[in-house]
Amino acid sequence: MPGDESNSFCDKFYAGGKTFLAVKQAAVSGSPTKETWSSRLGVILAVAGSAVGLGNFLRFPGLASQYGSGAFMIAYFVSLVILGIPVCWAEWTLGRYAGQKGFRSSPGIFYALIKHPFGKYIGVLGVIIPVVIYMYYVYIESWCAAYGWGFLTGKLNLGSDVSAYGNYWANYVGASADGAALLPGHHAAILFLLIIFAINFFLIYRGLVQGIEFFCKYAMPALIVIALIILVRVLTLGTPDATKPEQNVLTGLGYMWNPGDWQTQLKNPQLWLAAAGQIFFSLSVGFGVIITYASYLSNKNDVVLSGLSASAANEFCEVALGGLITVPAAFMFLGAAGVVGQGTFGLGFKVLPLVLSHMPMPGLFGFLFFFLLFLAAITSSLSMLQPGIAFLEEGLGLNRKQSVSLLGLLTAIGCTFVVYFSKDLKALDTMDFWVGTVFIFIMATTIIIYFGWGLGIERGFEEAHRGAEMKIPSIFKFVMKYVCPAYLLTIFAMFIWFKVFGWDPDRKKFIPTSYVADLVGSDPNVVARVTILFLAITVIFFGLLTALAGKRWDKQSRDKKDLPAENISTSTKL
Amino acid sequence: MTPAGWTIMICSVAAVTILFIWCLVRVLTHKPPPNLHGIDDIETGAGEKD
Repeated sequence: MPGDESNSFCDKFYAGGKTFLAVKQAAVSGSPTKETWSSRLGVILAVAGSAVGLGNFLRFPGLASQYGSGAFMIAYFVSLVILGIPVCWAEWTLGRYAGQKGFRSSPGIFYALIKHPFGKYIGVLGVIIPVVIYMYYVYIESWCAAYGWGFLTGKLNLGSDVSAYGNYWANYVGASADGAALLPGHHAAILFLLIIFAINFFLIYRGLVQGIEFFCKYAMPALIVIALIILVRVLTLGTPDATKPEQNVLTGLGYMWNPGDWQTQLKNPQLWLAAAGQIFFSLSVGFGVIITYASYLSNKNDVVLSGLSASAANEFCEVALGGLITVPAAFMFLGAAGVVGQGTFGLGFKVLPLVLSHMPMPGLFGFLFFFLLFLAAITSSLSMLQPGIAFLEEGLGLNRKQSVSLLGLLTAIGCTFVVYFSKDLKALDTMDFWVGTVFIFIMATTIIIYFGWGLGIERGFEEAHRGAEMKIPSIFKFVMKYVCPAYLLTIFAMFIWFKVFGWDPDRKKFIPTSYVADLVGSDPNVVARVTILFLAITVIFFGLLTALAGKRWDKQSRDKKDLPAENISTSTKL
Repeated sequence: MTPAGWTIMICSVAAVTILFIWCLVRVLTHKPPPNLHGIDDIETGAGEKD
């Protein structure tokens, strides 16, 4: 049964006549759970599953076509090499390093890494980020499942007017007014949410191996196979509408991949910001997920090749699959006018349902596409729960049943908040901006700076190469110590400059974005303010739990020092 | 689709596909250690140089 691993751990040692040491070690490690990954492929698929999400199939293609693919792809690959993969390696290495000290949660990991009482409070971001993102991500995940079901049952064949699909989606999520999603007539949305919520917690209750690893081992290959089937379908559509010969496969691909004036575009800082942001969020670095997953590895296990493999899997799904499916398909049916200016939700839940309903066998391909999005989403949402579970078990000493119940309650409250404040999806949008963007920047910057300067680049490389099956090129010492932190801080400064203060380079003045204007502008938005209050309460709550966990770890640390010297030396040889 | 568009698409898709396949082959053809995190791997931190 999940959560009972600690007993079997002690029993094993009792059989060897070393009960005292075993119990002491469990206490020193601070973690009541002794879960481990069962295979390397399993952990790679779990991390890749965490990274591959809706952004791969909806956000990336939109950004690439918006910024002119040539220039965007240059900035994208530069960001991948000097930002995404280095931070990924740093996070894998630090997670495994702290895991050797027995810590499995982000606050515990930073407690072990930064030997200062404040360290654990930096680490708590690695719990708050995934838990808060889960609160709204699981709702979006349920839309994907509901849309897949809608295609299968023929409910989503709404004709050829894109506004019909827009109205359907707005009605489904209750975008017209707060609380609309809870009114009679919206039972399907709530039902799907409850089912998806329950599936997530059922899998997380089963544990790391039986839940996350087991599910990702099937879901990730299935996701790639489904994406390949849809890709073949899209690339063999020819000219879907004979009356519009200019809208065909080649012009669709051209809309996505033809470069504009790439030399001029590369001088646009917003393009670099968009490319770096996409790499950054797509790889799930700074989420608190990779560092938690890696803590379950031993120092005999490779992290360099594993980290690169998980990143490569994500890039394959994003560029080779997402880049060839979504925007070309939308262009073939709707032309440029139907694609321009569509955000992630617009493309995913308004434009693509219309496109899919006009394809041959709309029920099958509509279902397959939204099932693909659902798989991408659920492998990500599962990973968002593990940092919270690990923290509650390790920091508060809860067993699996208790930790799952408590986290279920907390996320259910947050999810209800998001579902209720549905007008224009303001609560969801506010949470996504402040937690899903700003907090992640802070966390990732902390990780790379600690790796290069706290642990030290030489020691960091030494740790990374323990058990490694490939060598990180030496040039990355310079990249990870100087270039990556500088690039991250520059991107973060640009983000604040453009996205928070709202610098408009054309008008040469600041026009605060809605995220700021909603809070402190002359016409503030009540829901945005309440959402910030909710986030503040969440941060304080997890801060208090971290303080409690810190006391527990301090006590365990003191107990560890009380161990007789001869027993300590024996235990290290175990 | 312009020649430049073809070039960017083929280079981008080929780069990520080759990297993915190379990683997959490396992972699947190398035998990992028998246990991913055995009891003998747990350190107490004693004697650490920190």
